[in-house]
Amino acid sequence: MTTSRPPHIGVALEGAGWHPAAWREPSSRPADLFTAAYWIDLVRTAERAGLDYVSIEDSLALQSERFLTGDERTDEVRGRLDAVLIASRVAPAVSRIGLLPVVTVTHTEPFHVSKAIATLDYVSEGRAGVQVKVSVRADEAAHVGRRPHPGDVALDDPAFRAFVDEAFDEAADVVEVVRRLWDSWEDDAEIRDAATDRFLDADKVHRIDFEGRFFSVRGPSITPRPPQGQPVVAALAHAEGPYRLAARSADVVFVTPADAAHSRSIVDAVRDAERAVERQGEPLLIVADLLVFLDEPGGESGADRLARLDALGRPLVSDARIVAGSASTVADVIDDLVAAGYAGVRLRPGVATDDLPRIADDLVPELRHRGLVQSAPHTTLRGRLGLPEGLPSRYATPVA
Amino acid sequence: MSTRKQIILAAYVGGVNEHTAWEHPDAGSQIDFSTFRHVAQTAERGRFDYFFLAEGLALRARDGRIFDHDIAGRPDTLPVLAAIAAVTEHLGLVGTLNATFNEPYELARQIASLDHLSGGRAGWNVVTSFDAYTGANFRRGGFLAHADRYVRAEETVATVRELWDSWADDAIAADKESGVFLRDGRAGEFSHHGSQFDIEGRFTVPRSPQGRPVIVQAGVSPQGRDFAASTADAIFSPYSKLAEGKAFRDDIRERAARFGRDPEHVKILPSAGFVLGDSRADAEEKARHILEQQLSDRTIQVTFEQVWNRDLSAYDLDGPVPDIDPDPEAPAFIQGRAFIFQDRFQTVRTWRELAEQKGLTLRGLAHEVARAPGYIGTPEQVADQLDTFVQEGGADGVVLGSHVVPSGLDEFVDRVVPLLQERGSLRTEYEGTTLRENLGLPLPEAALAAAL
Ligand SMILES: Cc1cc2nc3c(=O)[nH]c(=O)nc-3n(C[C@H](O)[C@H](O)[C@H](O)COP(=O)(O)O)c2cc1C
Repeated sequence: MTTSRPPHIGVALEGAGWHPAAWREPSSRPADLFTAAYWIDLVRTAERAGLDYVSIEDSLALQSERFLTGDERTDEVRGRLDAVLIASRVAPAVSRIGLLPVVTVTHTEPFHVSKAIATLDYVSEGRAGVQVKVSVRADEAAHVGRRPHPGDVALDDPAFRAFVDEAFDEAADVVEVVRRLWDSWEDDAEIRDAATDRFLDADKVHRIDFEGRFFSVRGPSITPRPPQGQPVVAALAHAEGPYRLAARSADVVFVTPADAAHSRSIVDAVRDAERAVERQGEPLLIVADLLVFLDEPGGESGADRLARLDALGRPLVSDARIVAGSASTVADVIDDLVAAGYAGVRLRPGVATDDLPRIADDLVPELRHRGLVQSAPHTTLRGRLGLPEGLPSRYATPVA
Repeated sequence: MSTRKQIILAAYVGGVNEHTAWEHPDAGSQIDFSTFRHVAQTAERGRFDYFFLAEGLALRARDGRIFDHDIAGRPDTLPVLAAIAAVTEHLGLVGTLNATFNEPYELARQIASLDHLSGGRAGWNVVTSFDAYTGANFRRGGFLAHADRYVRAEETVATVRELWDSWADDAIAADKESGVFLRDGRAGEFSHHGSQFDIEGRFTVPRSPQGRPVIVQAGVSPQGRDFAASTADAIFSPYSKLAEGKAFRDDIRERAARFGRDPEHVKILPSAGFVLGDSRADAEEKARHILEQQLSDRTIQVTFEQVWNRDLSAYDLDGPVPDIDPDPEAPAFIQGRAFIFQDRFQTVRTWRELAEQKGLTLRGLAHEVARAPGYIGTPEQVADQLDTFVQEGGADGVVLGSHVVPSGLDEFVDRVVPLLQERGSLRTEYEGTTLRENLGLPLPEAALAAAL
């Protein structure tokens, strides 16, 4: 029995799907992966299902079977488009669903990241978010050439660990700057007062004067405060360091519980991280990632499909729990996660063009049947996720 | 069959400047997507070649205080162009992106992504930054000396092109049967070791519909001209009068030939405004009114302070031109604004002479030297002026801005475009599907990567 609110359901889009052989399925459209039409079709399907958001994967290097460097495989999808631009291209084609592109914050400029997501919020009329990603890859560092990387070393090498810790600390500073820039214009900064020849009230546009260990940024932003004020910030996390980054910086944390016991221990670890960093305001929304292969009603089972795809090349290896089964099986797992304190789940379709339609046609009806779907009519992403809306800029002086 | 030169048209949304009259009763939001959608769809209805966005990476300031007297606030260039791609079909999408405060890998993947997502309509207006003030918003901080900015800009563009060329046209097999997705396991491989960038690896974006998105350049110094002549497909120029336009065009064509390029492949498009009336007198009256609105006291002051690089608030606008010299050494007094005058001292000398000759006050001088609102007259007269300018070699077309955003362009498209089409100087349908094809530019060599 649970008294929790119905979970938020989102979907994580990754190329042809999360299985490396997904592109070979009959439904797949591997030749269309780099077209707008492909992404619009997927996001419309997710919107039709009533899902709260889609996230769009990205990285500053090609997909690889290795953790730190590239590979030379030719039998899997390689190549991707910029996720912020995919989200922006899709935004006017849908009207309710939230859009969370992945953005690497390690090699990019916080000023650019801030205005890009603010602009996504404008073009989607308040449905923008961002999943911040820290890059510790050697190939990505070499693509930008601005910082030294310890190289292709063992993951427990002390030099590498120090490098990772720095990258996470820096990412927290990036998010701080991004958020301050979003607030750097108060909501009513634009006054258009012809009588005094003032377009702006300059007192309502603020420098942020951020000085950190890694960089400094003056501000204000060139883009006015976005419609949501603060678009939603999310991060994927698997360990204590990343939980702390999320606790310091994010609204939503995507985590990867393997089973029931693990799912409870992760919730505890995230709450501990919140206490450790003395998080203020709303607690993190903890969202479990599940990689799903749904049974085809009257056809192939999810498990058979997974086995068949595994046999085609490289078996699927995943940080997230793999659930292959019927809509009812997946709904059971979601039920348990909600009971364990999760605010929602993010589904990673094993095969985008098979599993996403099944999420829409089978899973969501099943969840609705169980009372596990919200009928929230909110049009902003913050609203859909139950986050406070209409927050004033941190720089606004409260009216007495 | 028409042998007339086809006028290239771009629609400009500058975002911030005194040319856009925010006080106008029809002035809309500068930031809502509906504004961009309206201008872009209007431009497409008028068979324009492209939609053009300017960029500034710091809010403008006067002696450290944010400008409050004219429009401020603009979207990020690429996301708004990607969204416009969703509401248009043929219109090119050209964004201004700074070469100093971006890294080539990121620029290359973003612009190539826009090219894919728009079906081959992307262009990049390469600008360099103007001051340290902008640098304070970025990790790299500071700024580069004028000459170094072009060194970096040239290497940025060259590197971006290497990345664009790093995937063969046919790199993706996507053959489900055989399981071959990539024909070559090293697709996208690059290695660039220059004075500005020391980078290598593999590029993430397969060859885009245009192969190489269109490169536009803005900047008029000798380095800027060489850069444009050697590299750009189009130039956004400030020269909109026939004589100066021709001189600039001759200069660029000569430089292009020196770089071994076909001068026809460097299109020149000055910025231009327009004012339409039912008679010439009516249009001129409107133009005068617009200019008066644009030149508020503070706009005038800021314009002169930019050249003098000093606080001029003690000078009466209705008095004489200040007799002090500009201060070339001080940090920029007006910050975050492109300084396009070549030489402060020369500019002041010329202006002083002009004021003396005509007996002008500071205000009078401002009206004299302000950018006139552009093409003024009845629709027939404006069509004629613009057509003549292009047919006589002043430029290849214009980048049209309107003083009322978003609805100002409607009048041009409704009243002037049909006249240009009747004359055979403007297309009635798009020729191709990509920006390159519509501009009449050659397609880049196919599969250059494979040849290397
Ligand atoms: C017509 C024109 C338009 C320009 N537009 C922009 C712009 O939108 N954003 C920007 O950062 N710089 C802009 N610039 C500035 C140039 O990129 C360059 O920094 C400046 O002109 C100095 O270079 P130069 O001495 O070669 O002219 C523009 C320059 C010109 C001439």
